[in-house]
Amino acid sequence: MGDSQYSFSLTTFSPTGKLVQIEHALTAVGSGQTSLGIKAANGVVIATEKKLPSILVDETSVQKIQLMTTNIGVVYSGMGPDSRVLVRKSRKQAQQYFRLYKEPIPVTQLVRETAAVMQEFTQSGGVRPFGVSLLVAGYDDNGPQLYQVDPSGSYFSWKASAMGKNVSNAKTFLEKRYTDDMELDDAVHTAILTLKEGFQGQISGKNIEIGIVGADRKFRYYIEAVAYVLWLN
Amino acid sequence: MSIFEYNGSALVAMVGKNCFAIASDRRLGVNLQTVATDFQRIFKIHDKLYIGLSGLATDAQTMYQRLVFRHKLYQLREERDMKPQTFASLVSALLYEKRFGPYFCQPVIAGLGDDDVPFICTMDCLGAKELAKDFVVSGTASESLYGACESMYKPNMEPEELFETISQALLSSVDRDCLSGWGGHVLLVTPTEVQERTLKGRMD
Repeated sequence: MGDSQYSFSLTTFSPTGKLVQIEHALTAVGSGQTSLGIKAANGVVIATEKKLPSILVDETSVQKIQLMTTNIGVVYSGMGPDSRVLVRKSRKQAQQYFRLYKEPIPVTQLVRETAAVMQEFTQSGGVRPFGVSLLVAGYDDNGPQLYQVDPSGSYFSWKASAMGKNVSNAKTFLEKRYTDDMELDDAVHTAILTLKEGFQGQISGKNIEIGIVGADRKFRYYIEAVAYVLWLN
Repeated sequence: MSIFEYNGSALVAMVGKNCFAIASDRRLGVNLQTVATDFQRIFKIHDKLYIGLSGLATDAQTMYQRLVFRHKLYQLREERDMKPQTFASLVSALLYEKRFGPYFCQPVIAGLGDDDVPFICTMDCLGAKELAKDFVVSGTASESLYGACESMYKPNMEPEELFETISQALLSSVDRDCLSGWGGHVLLVTPTEVQERTLKGRMD
């Protein structure tokens, strides 16, 4: 198509009105490992597959779910190193906000600033867009919140969402299972079941990661979610 | 004369029962010459947050303009008003930015926080915050104000009594200071209303 002639320059629109580099970034995200998030009435849970390239990799050293602040956590689908850069910038922005206002940054503000960073990299020279979509989960004065941020810099608030491989099956599964008055424990259970749906191979505590934030506003992550998965099986 | 005494000012804020009062004098001088008798030193940030700025008048006005600018942006971004504590932290940060060439003003911040709990604080020209549970003072008449407030203040005063107390404290203190006076301006803020009153004192 005529589009492909415009696919190499980020800062040039194609005749169909797209920035094709961003589309390619979204493809990179779509071929990344599945991750999902569910917002419950009293908290948020995010989870991801953790497929390691070999059994020789020390799985305790790999951490895909990370803290942005004590009450906000994030998981990604796509290129890991890109997500690390974003998490680093967001952490700094959160601390700058605190330094100025002596108040923890609201989730919406942090998401907005992270999205602004991602957008910057779609309108500058000599850079490429980030190859990750982030799922940001936090609990603040406005209650539990779940946001997805895309490589283009757009962000959406979700009740439940999935990204990466197998996203359509996962979303269908979530649509069927989601209820507005879900409790946090139900949400965690549903999250693991959803991951299990599209999982290639045997799901175990060692190849998924879970992050949970409840009304206590402390984001906790479980690299080895053994207990939950055992209980599930 | 020091730069802080160039224009002359007196500011005081007091905490009452679920309310607060903030008061200032009305004189604007150039050294010993009085130039205006209706000068505004107390500014509204939002319905439940007021800031008084003593010291050099030009710096007080500029600080106010910068703070209103920041607060309006905050309101647009966060879709809510700033809490008094947050605002105080912002003022402190802005003042410290000019650590080696400061604004010559001393703010007095008074507001009703969440649950309508009154909050007052003052800071020096470099942003060192001083929180208080009872009263805060600032300006050329501050020494007299400290004495007057210390003796006249009682905790948990109702709005009417608080108004009387803060007015008496202000008027008696500015009478002992040649650089402030020419009446007073008192704002009494409760969760439901704001009363603004002008005091007539010794017009000298």
